[in-house]
Amino acid sequence: MAKQDQKRTTKKEAEKKDDDVAANPEVVEKGKKLKEEMDDLLDEIDDVLEENAEEFVKNYVQKGGE
Amino acid sequence: MSGIIGSETEFGLSVRGEGRADAVSNSVFLVNSYPCLLSSAPLWDYENENPLLDARGFEADGERERPGSDYNRLLNKLLTNGGRFYVDGAHPEYSTPECSDPRELVLYEKAGERILEMAVESANRRKQGEARFSIYKNNTDHKGNSYGYHENYLVDRSIPFEQLAAQLIPFLVTRQIYAGSGKVGSDTKSDSAHYQISQRSDFFEVLIDLNTMSKRPIINTRDEPHADGMKYRRMHVIVGDANMSEVTTYLKVGALMLVLSMFEKGCFVKGVEMEDPVRSMKGISRDLTLKEKYRLQRGGAWSAIEIQRCYLEAAEQCFSEGADATTKDILRRWRRVLDQLEEGPEQLSREIDWIIKKDLIESYIERKGCGWHDPRVFMMDLQYHDVQQDKGLYAALERGNHVEKLISAEETEHAQEFPPEGTRAYFRGTCLKKFPKDVYAASWATVLFHGSNGVIKKVPLMDPKRGSKELVGPIFEQAKTVDELISLLAR
Repeated sequence: MAKQDQKRTTKKEAEKKDDDVAANPEVVEKGKKLKEEMDDLLDEIDDVLEENAEEFVKNYVQKGGE
Repeated sequence: MSGIIGSETEFGLSVRGEGRADAVSNSVFLVNSYPCLLSSAPLWDYENENPLLDARGFEADGERERPGSDYNRLLNKLLTNGGRFYVDGAHPEYSTPECSDPRELVLYEKAGERILEMAVESANRRKQGEARFSIYKNNTDHKGNSYGYHENYLVDRSIPFEQLAAQLIPFLVTRQIYAGSGKVGSDTKSDSAHYQISQRSDFFEVLIDLNTMSKRPIINTRDEPHADGMKYRRMHVIVGDANMSEVTTYLKVGALMLVLSMFEKGCFVKGVEMEDPVRSMKGISRDLTLKEKYRLQRGGAWSAIEIQRCYLEAAEQCFSEGADATTKDILRRWRRVLDQLEEGPEQLSREIDWIIKKDLIESYIERKGCGWHDPRVFMMDLQYHDVQQDKGLYAALERGNHVEKLISAEETEHAQEFPPEGTRAYFRGTCLKKFPKDVYAASWATVLFHGSNGVIKKVPLMDPKRGSKELVGPIFEQAKTVDELISLLAR
């Protein structure tokens, strides 16, 4: 839970305090954790994304409705 | 905030494996796979359906839908939460019950996603590996075909339709900047784009019309109130995207609810009529900077943000006194979101669907070193909307706490089974729950029972605001049979 809380505040801090990033090792550390979580998420996406995306997308045709 | 809203979502359906069953059969199979019905017997009552009535004062030509009883039961499932799960054309569709406020609408849409998820999982079990169903809460197949997400708002009949339409057009054209669910690529051959704000904007070609399926209009003139037509109008909005983000859905319907409420109080906006709304709508969808300006009829040009601010400021003025908590919350969020869209949209990557999706895809593109035209990117656009939580990309974002939530899993589970308590949905849903074998048919404005002497008894629900738990709850407590229920209601 703490890690997730950090992520929520980190995004805002990172945007507003650009000049602090270089100076403040704490923010750099949070930035690393943010990247880690993104990497985890992308790993997960890779796992669940439909295999053979090209064929799947090509075959996904709808009649269209309202 | 007082008002009634409901939404209808047509879902995309893909079936892999087995033969070439058509989309209608697949949709029927899916809808009939939903495992939580207390009874499959009740029919949908089509008697009051008249989608050919036009708000401009005429009736169009066309055939009315009147399926026979057996087919009716196959197509329609009446839910104990007061909603409807059915086959519309070639798509499975879910209508929420009538909700009293934007948060409740978000809740019942989420409940609908879980209902679809259960239906898909059940369908796949039944097929035993020979076919695999997938369901998407989105609006396009990237091949020029679209399926809709419709919002319904109960509005005072007293506002002239032409005025309502004129007031709403600029709002609906620009709302996508916070309501769009994002789309990779383009559905119009002439106007390409690598990414767009809205799924649906490509598909709107005219300003005002009755049609919902081709040459779609920004303002739909269907006049089918499913209620007392002297008092009420059901404003049927077809321009919206289906959203996965709860905050996006909340703001999308909350802002429009407020705007309609404002019109009912006699507060209107001035000077925002656009020169070319249809073309502007497509332009706005393609401008990810949100800085482009669009010509107004009175001269000059405004950006989508500026046009939205005009409505926001009018609403802030109109509701400056005695606003309830929901009204204040919507106004605050609306203002903050417009400000952040202007300063830097990336700030909204936890709240606004098109930005959440874009952020995710850009990170993926960076990692893989591929481009926006890569098939995996199109697959991500689609799979973002997959209702199965172990496959859906939005669901993965939710699990990893990458997005803001408004609704808990417990509430959602409850809302699959139980209706909202403040509208006639409560009456309809509770009849289905308490007397599943006795309900002959139902619709938005009626419930029909098998009476004790073989006679069908009809209970009309002409006022969407009447039929709440407060009003009829005690009657349900007392009545042991349908006959008792009906005689208690008569008193």
